[in-house]
Amino acid sequence: MSMLSLQNVSKQFGETRIIRDVSLDIEPGERHAIIGPNGAGKSTLFHLISGKYQPTAGKILFRDNEIQGKTPFAIARLGLARSFQVTNIFPRLSVFENIRCGLLWKEGFGYSFWHLLGRQKELNDKALALLVEIGLADRAEFPAGELAYAQQRALELGIAIASGAELIMLDEPVAGMSHSEAENAVALIRKITEGKTLVMVEHDMNIVFDVADRISVLVYGEIIASDTPAAIRANPRVQEAYLGEVPEAATDTSSGQNPEGVDGA
Amino acid sequence: MLEVFIFSTLNGLVTGLLLFMLASGLTLIFSMMGVLNFAHASFYMLGAYFAYSISLHLGFWMGLIFAPLIVGILGAVVERFALRRVHAHGHVAELVFTFGLAFLIEEAVQFFWGPDTKNYQSPDILDFPLFTLFGQEFSAYRGFMIAISVGIFIGLYYVLTRSRIGIIIQAAITHPHTVANLGHNVPFIFMGVFGVGTALAGVAGVIAGPVLTTFPGMAVVLGSIVFVIVVIGGLGSLGGAFIASLLIGLLQSYAIASNVGMPDLLNLVGLEFSRDHPLTDLWTLTLPQIAPILPFLLLVLVLIFRPTGIAGKREQ
Amino acid sequence: MKTLAKKSAIWLAYLGVLLGLPLLFDSILAITIFNQMAIAIIFALSYNMLLGQGGMLSFGHAVYFGLGGFMAVHTLVMIEYETVYFSIIYIPLIGGLIGLLAAVFIGSFSTHKAGTVFAMISLGIGELVAASSLIFVSFFGGEAGVNADRTYGPAFFGIEFFQDSEIYYLGAAWVFIATLFMYLFTQTPAGRMANAVRDNPERAEFIGYSARRVRFISFCAAGFFAGIAGGLFALNYEFITEENLNAVTSGRVLLMAYIGGLGYFIGPIIGAVILTLMNSLLSNYTELWMLYLGIMFVLTVLFLPRGFAGFIMMHRTAWIRGKLGSLLLPYLITGLPALVFAIAGVAMIEMLHHEGEVFHFLGIPLESANLSHWLMCTVLAAIAYLGCKRSLPQLREAWESANAIDEAGEEREAS
Repeated sequence: MSMLSLQNVSKQFGETRIIRDVSLDIEPGERHAIIGPNGAGKSTLFHLISGKYQPTAGKILFRDNEIQGKTPFAIARLGLARSFQVTNIFPRLSVFENIRCGLLWKEGFGYSFWHLLGRQKELNDKALALLVEIGLADRAEFPAGELAYAQQRALELGIAIASGAELIMLDEPVAGMSHSEAENAVALIRKITEGKTLVMVEHDMNIVFDVADRISVLVYGEIIASDTPAAIRANPRVQEAYLGEVPEAATDTSSGQNPEGVDGA
Repeated sequence: MLEVFIFSTLNGLVTGLLLFMLASGLTLIFSMMGVLNFAHASFYMLGAYFAYSISLHLGFWMGLIFAPLIVGILGAVVERFALRRVHAHGHVAELVFTFGLAFLIEEAVQFFWGPDTKNYQSPDILDFPLFTLFGQEFSAYRGFMIAISVGIFIGLYYVLTRSRIGIIIQAAITHPHTVANLGHNVPFIFMGVFGVGTALAGVAGVIAGPVLTTFPGMAVVLGSIVFVIVVIGGLGSLGGAFIASLLIGLLQSYAIASNVGMPDLLNLVGLEFSRDHPLTDLWTLTLPQIAPILPFLLLVLVLIFRPTGIAGKREQ
Repeated sequence: MKTLAKKSAIWLAYLGVLLGLPLLFDSILAITIFNQMAIAIIFALSYNMLLGQGGMLSFGHAVYFGLGGFMAVHTLVMIEYETVYFSIIYIPLIGGLIGLLAAVFIGSFSTHKAGTVFAMISLGIGELVAASSLIFVSFFGGEAGVNADRTYGPAFFGIEFFQDSEIYYLGAAWVFIATLFMYLFTQTPAGRMANAVRDNPERAEFIGYSARRVRFISFCAAGFFAGIAGGLFALNYEFITEENLNAVTSGRVLLMAYIGGLGYFIGPIIGAVILTLMNSLLSNYTELWMLYLGIMFVLTVLFLPRGFAGFIMMHRTAWIRGKLGSLLLPYLITGLPALVFAIAGVAMIEMLHHEGEVFHFLGIPLESANLSHWLMCTVLAAIAYLGCKRSLPQLREAWESANAIDEAGEEREAS
C-alpha cells in the first residue's frame, strides 16, 4: 500500500492544461521532492492533492482512500497536512494559539463549545512541547504576525505537523530565506518529519538532493522522471529539460536575502 | 391594461436609468478599490440638496452644472484624505468607514437644510406633457431624465473604451502597479475616478430630486437598492449593473402597478381563507405591498445561488 | 497567562459594579440609563462575536434582536392571558431561543462566505425582515408595534417588577450571565477557531476545520445572545416596534462595537456604555447629538481603528515598562489644545444651529448674529489648532521613547 497515489491526474483551467496525466506513487516513510521549472505546475499539483482544486480527470488515493473531490478539511482530517508557498498562519493569534489550533481536530475537540481550552492540560502540554521542538517556546505569547519571516515559516511547519499527519507536504519551505536560515529550516524539517512521509516542492537543488530519497521532475504539467537523486542527476532527459537551469535557480534562492533577515534561531 | 403596461414600462425605465447612474459610479469605484462605497447614495442626496440651494438663486440649470461638480470635488477630497488612510486597515474598515460617512452625511444634511422635505422643483420650461396616451400624460421632465441619463452613459462608454484616459483607467483598475511603472500617477487616477463616480451620483440627485422628493431620508431609500443592483449585476461589471438596474426598475414599477395578490391566486386555485385566520396577512398579501422587498428578495436569492451575480467574475 | 484567581477577581469586580451602580446613582434617570446600558452591552457583545471574533461584517444584526424582542412581548401577552404560566425572569431566554432559531435558519445559507458576500446577504436579510414586519401586521403590529405588561405571571420571590430598579437587577443578572458565557465561548475550541477562520479561512480548512461550520456556530451564538438582548429590551420597555429590527438598530450596534474596539472582549462593553451615555445625556443638551456621534464615529474609524479599547491597550507596553508617567505631560500639552479646538468647533456648529437666537454654551451666552462671537471662536480654534500641531511631534517623540523596543511590532500590528 502506498501512502499517496496519483493515477492519471489531469487539471485544466479553461483551455489550458496545467497538469497532464500525472501518475505518481509515494511509499510510506519516503522523502519525496518534486522539482521543475517555474510554471511547471508544482503548486497546482499540491493544490490538487490537498483539495484546494478538484482534478479534471484521474484519481488521487491517500492510504487507499479516494480523496479527489473531497474538501480540504475532509482531506486534512484523514491525516494529510501541508504548508504553503506564501506564509500562511493565523497572524492575529498568538504563536501558542496557532499551534494549539493545529492540534485541536486531531485531539478530538471538533467544534466543541463546551470545553474550556485553558483546562485541557494535555492539549496545552502538547502545544508547548511542539513549540519547544520548533524553537519558538520563548515567543509563545507573541502575535504570530509579528514574528520574523523565518520564525513564521517555522511556525507554519509546526501547524502542519501539529495535526499528527502521516503525510506532510511542504511547498518551498525555505524560499526567501538566507543561507543560515535555510540550513536551520532544513534541520528542523528533518527533525519533525522523522518517521513520516514527506513530499516537498523546492527550488534549492542543494537541499533537494540533500533531503530527498526520491525526486520527481515536473515539466509542463508532466512528470518526465521519478527516481533516486543519483538516477535523476544522470537522467539525460532531465538534464536537457531542467537541470541546465540549476546553477542559476540554486544561487537565486540561497543568496536571496530576506529583508527582515533575522536569524531564525 | 395596455396603458398601465406602457406607463409602468416608461416609469420603470426612468427609475432603472436613474439607478444605473448611481450603480455605474459605484461599480467603477468598486472595481478600483475593491470595496463597496456605502456612502454612494449620500453623494446622490448631496447632489439634490446642492442643486436645490443653487436653483433658489441661479435656477435649475446652474444647479445641474454646479451641484455635480461640488459633489465630485467632495468625493475626491474624501478619497484623498480619508479613504486612502483607512485603506491600510483593510476592507472591513473601509466598508465601516463609508457606512459611518453615510450616517454623518445624513446628519449633516439635516443640520444644514433641516429635517423637512425641500420644495425642489423641476424647471418650468419642462413643465408640459411630452405626449398623451390613453388620456394619461407623460411629463417632459421624465423624458428629459431619460435623455440625460442615456446621454451620460454614451459619453461614459465612449470615454472608457475609446479615449486614452479611459484605457489608462481600465488598465489602472486591473493592473495598478504596471500602470504606475509606466509613469502614470495611479493614486491621482483613483482619486479622479472616485470624484467622477460621486459626481455621477450627484447628477442623479440633481435630476431625481424634483421627482422623488428631496428629503434627508432619500439616500437611505435609494442606497440599499443601488447596493442590491451592483451585487445582483455582479460586482465590478458595468454591463451587469446596467441589466440589473433596468430589471429592478421595471420589476418595481410593474409590481406597484399590478393589482394581483394572494386572494386572486387563492381564488384561482379555489381556496378561501377566513379573515380571522392568524395568518390573514399572508393570505391578503398583494404584489404592490411586497414591491419594496422584491429587490432584497432577489439579492438574497442571487447571493445564495449565484454569488458572482449576473455578469460577475470577481469572487472574494 | 493570567491565573484563575486574577480572572475571578475581574469577574467579581464586574459583578460588583453591576450591583453597586444603582446604589451610587439612584435617580430614575440613572436607572433608565443603566437599563439601556444593560441591553446595549449584551447586544454589542453579541455583535462582536460576529465581526470582532469571527470576521463577519453584518448589517442586519438587529433582525435577531428584534425577532427575539417581538417574541418576548408576545410571550408577555400570553402570560397576561395565562396561556402560559411562568415567571417573567425567563423572558430573555425566550428571546434568545427565537434569535437562535432565526440564526440557525439564516446562517445555514449566509455563512458560506465571509467578506463582502456575507455583508451583502446580511443587509438583504435585514431589509427583507424589516420590510416584511410592516406587511405582517398581526405579529409585528405595524408602525405602532406591540406592547405588553410585565407585571403578570408568578412573582419571583415576591418581586413583581413594577419598578424599573427591579428590572435593573434582573437585567444586571442577565448581563452578567450573558457576558460570562460569551467570554467563556471565546475560550472554547469553537470560539478559538472562529478567530482562526477570521484570520485565515484557508489555513483553517487545511487543519481540518470547515470554515463555514465554524462561522455558522459563531453566527448562531451571536443570534442567541442578540435575542437575549431583545428579550431584555421587551421586559424593560414593555413594547417593541419595527424600528428595533431595522437597519437603524443594526447600524447602531455596529457603531457601538466599532467605537468600543472590535479586537478586545471588553471593547463592545465600552462602546455600549459610551453610546448609551451619549444617547441619553448628550441629547439633553443638544439636538445635534447624532451629528456629533457621526463625527465621532468617522474620526474613530480614521484615527483609532481599534477603538477605545485599542487605544487603552496601546499603552500596555509603556505601562509594563513603567513609563506611562512620561506620557502624561505630552498628552496634556497636545490634548488641551485639541479639546479647546473641539469646543470652539462645537460652539460654531451650535451657533449655526441656533440661528437668530441667544443660547448658552458651557454657560457662555452666544448668538449667531454677533460677529464678534464668530471671530472669537475662529481665533480660539485657530490658536488651538496651531498649538496642537506644534506639540504633536513632541508627543510622538515621547511615545516612541516610551515604547522604543516594541515600536516596530506596534506598527506592523496596526497595519
